[in-house]
Amino acid sequence: MSAVSGRTPASPGAATIRLNGASQRLPASGFLADLVEELGFAGKRIAVEVNGQIVPKSHYGQVRLAADDRVEVVVAVGGG
Amino acid sequence: MGKIEHGSIAPLDTPFVMGGETFRSRLLVGTGKYRDFAQTRDAIEASGAQIVTVAIRRTNIGQDPGQPNLLDVLDPGRFTILPNTAGCYSAVEAVRTLRLARELLDGHDLVKLEVLGSKETLFPNMPETLKAAEVLVKDGFRVMVYCSDDPVQARMLEDIGCVAIMPLASLIGSGMGILNPWNLNIIINDARVPVIVDAGVGTASDAAIAMELGCDGVLMNTAIAAAGDPVRMAVAMRQGVEAGRNAFLAGRMPRRGYHADPSSPTAGLMS
Repeated sequence: MSAVSGRTPASPGAATIRLNGASQRLPASGFLADLVEELGFAGKRIAVEVNGQIVPKSHYGQVRLAADDRVEVVVAVGGG
Repeated sequence: MGKIEHGSIAPLDTPFVMGGETFRSRLLVGTGKYRDFAQTRDAIEASGAQIVTVAIRRTNIGQDPGQPNLLDVLDPGRFTILPNTAGCYSAVEAVRTLRLARELLDGHDLVKLEVLGSKETLFPNMPETLKAAEVLVKDGFRVMVYCSDDPVQARMLEDIGCVAIMPLASLIGSGMGILNPWNLNIIINDARVPVIVDAGVGTASDAAIAMELGCDGVLMNTAIAAAGDPVRMAVAMRQGVEAGRNAFLAGRMPRRGYHADPSSPTAGLMS
């Protein structure tokens, strides 16, 4: 992952990331916000971690994913 | 405090203060093992609980994103959502889970820490629990902690700064009831923070016994969710907790062994 002003992301399109342990195509823009949108989670109660680091909701639009990034998306489920 | 005045109907109670917040209900409930979200909601409403535990898990990628989410059913504006670390077997995993939970719940910092040590018994791994508690308290979390019923380690958790000590009454999901009231008593008498029996309650009388011992609250999931009629059992648990609490506040009569003492006057008997 990189901030907008950071290094250039790996060429999008062909690249894949690991999403919740499975392979997933990187969104064209590379932005985390677009991945969240594509998955249908925009505005939902989720939390996202990229390469072991929590990304606050307000930063989704500023984080660019790179090939092989490990992304975790979690939700609240029933439990004791 | 706690004395019911002549003519009053509603039993008075001391406020249940935990982590700087005051709660009305001393019954805390989980949200696992219900048939569906409708049953979850109905049982939780019937229980009167204000604090409701949830687990944090990977979302299913590819499922219909329009499907309801647990937090659509349990409005975090109405309930205090208590994220747990169920399924974590190390301090590192538990801390990671609760940091994600805090992000998920917009900065909410009241959490239930549990670090398990055995897949068969779900007994806590206390060294890892202590480690995780230390990190979380330093990180600003208000930590309610599932622990063994060892008074020495309970005190250690309190010294670290946990806001509630939650010893097991018997194994998680076992429904075996209060197996060691003596240890619980020591923990309750020593603690300066709320003590909540977490795990093992099977039926309403178990909840009442826990409260009669002087616990500040009881946390349960399976006893309600796995009951024949979960909604009715939720009502029974609410009443059991209230009955036990009132019995504790009232102070039970002394046990008299074999010395019977008639309840009716011995004078004025017809000869």
